[in-house]
Amino acid sequence: MANHDTGERYFPADDETADPPYLHADYGSTVKKSPARPPIPLEHTITELTGPVFEAGQAGENDLTQQGGSLPIGERIDVRGRVLDEDGNPYAGALVEMWQANAAGKYRHLNDGRDAPLDPNFIGAGRCVTDADGAYSFKTIRPGAYPVPDSEWWRPAHLHFSVTGPSVVARLITQMYFPGDPLLGADAIYKSIADQEARERLIARFAPELGERGRSLGYEFDIVLRGRARD
Amino acid sequence: MTRKRTGSQTIGPFFNVALLREDDSDLTRRTPGGPQAEGEVIEIRGRVTDGDGAPCPSVLVEAWQADAAGHHGTEGDPNFAGFGRAVTDNDGCYQLATVMPGPVPGKGNSWQAPHISLSLFGSGLLKRVTTRAYFPDQDMNTEDPVLSAISDGSVRSTLIAKSLNSGNPRKFEFNIVLQGPGETAFFDL
Repeated sequence: MANHDTGERYFPADDETADPPYLHADYGSTVKKSPARPPIPLEHTITELTGPVFEAGQAGENDLTQQGGSLPIGERIDVRGRVLDEDGNPYAGALVEMWQANAAGKYRHLNDGRDAPLDPNFIGAGRCVTDADGAYSFKTIRPGAYPVPDSEWWRPAHLHFSVTGPSVVARLITQMYFPGDPLLGADAIYKSIADQEARERLIARFAPELGERGRSLGYEFDIVLRGRARD
Repeated sequence: MTRKRTGSQTIGPFFNVALLREDDSDLTRRTPGGPQAEGEVIEIRGRVTDGDGAPCPSVLVEAWQADAAGHHGTEGDPNFAGFGRAVTDNDGCYQLATVMPGPVPGKGNSWQAPHISLSLFGSGLLKRVTTRAYFPDQDMNTEDPVLSAISDGSVRSTLIAKSLNSGNPRKFEFNIVLQGPGETAFFDL
């Protein structure tokens, strides 16, 4: 970890249309967890403008198909993209962590009690650190959809992404979706972002050229964090 | 080229295997078993509750702070992690080990009292909530520009941890109320 040069970027007022609200009644568990008082504006100080920056990860930590004795079940995919600021400049040295359900839509977690099978060859978690171009990549399998407990709706296939660094302001956790998924239209979490264009930025681009010919399909998903370049 | 930023989505309940590593909740060492950072080792623990007062399990509590001398990241103590993560248990409780941060510069000539930035992610939180934990019995709190800007004393007091002992290490309690009576002061970054 290293401190980031706070002089490199500034953070003008946020584009709040990008995010969902705290309270979105269709996603029932927001009802008791959404703060009632509006958040207090905080002029950024060194506390918010700094954050951890990570050294390059270990090779292979971004390959979720090599976590067992043999290959996991599922449609093999490569997901690639760049972590960028709002001027399109790369965020280098950001930690990108990704996790997901297996091909049957089951997570390797004690609290996922649904009667779907675990895959002994799939853990479903990986990480990498962005390079000088802000690029990251993961090799994995397409996750399955799954029904939300005690609800009528299903989660569409999705990958969870966490991007840490280089400032508290830019920290982001989000989800990547797949183009053309019919479950998106009824997903209360995806639809929690009111602005359609903002919502659709969470859908990866089908990019077969990014896959390995005859082996995996490619998807492209750029992640844009807050921050603009100083002149 | 200008790009519009990517929106937030909930962390959901199943992040542990991806986001948590050994000793992530111990900021006092950069690497497990490595040398200990300079400064007074302290513990911070607390409970995260919802609008019904019910505990919130599986909430990721992420901490970022200055070292004992008030420096962040590589400008500071090479043995201090600065960044840490803890997850709430079934009772909604989290625990962090760290060192007492030093004061850090604020705007202009001002100084900020010792504090820890906390971001919380959880199921039912479509985007994080961000707050700060300050410490009791710090004279600097009265001059702190962030605390001073909050006029309602009952709101401001939610940012001050409670002292749990006078022993060594000192322990502090910082509870986080997501909604309703006693709701924690959260910040818009």
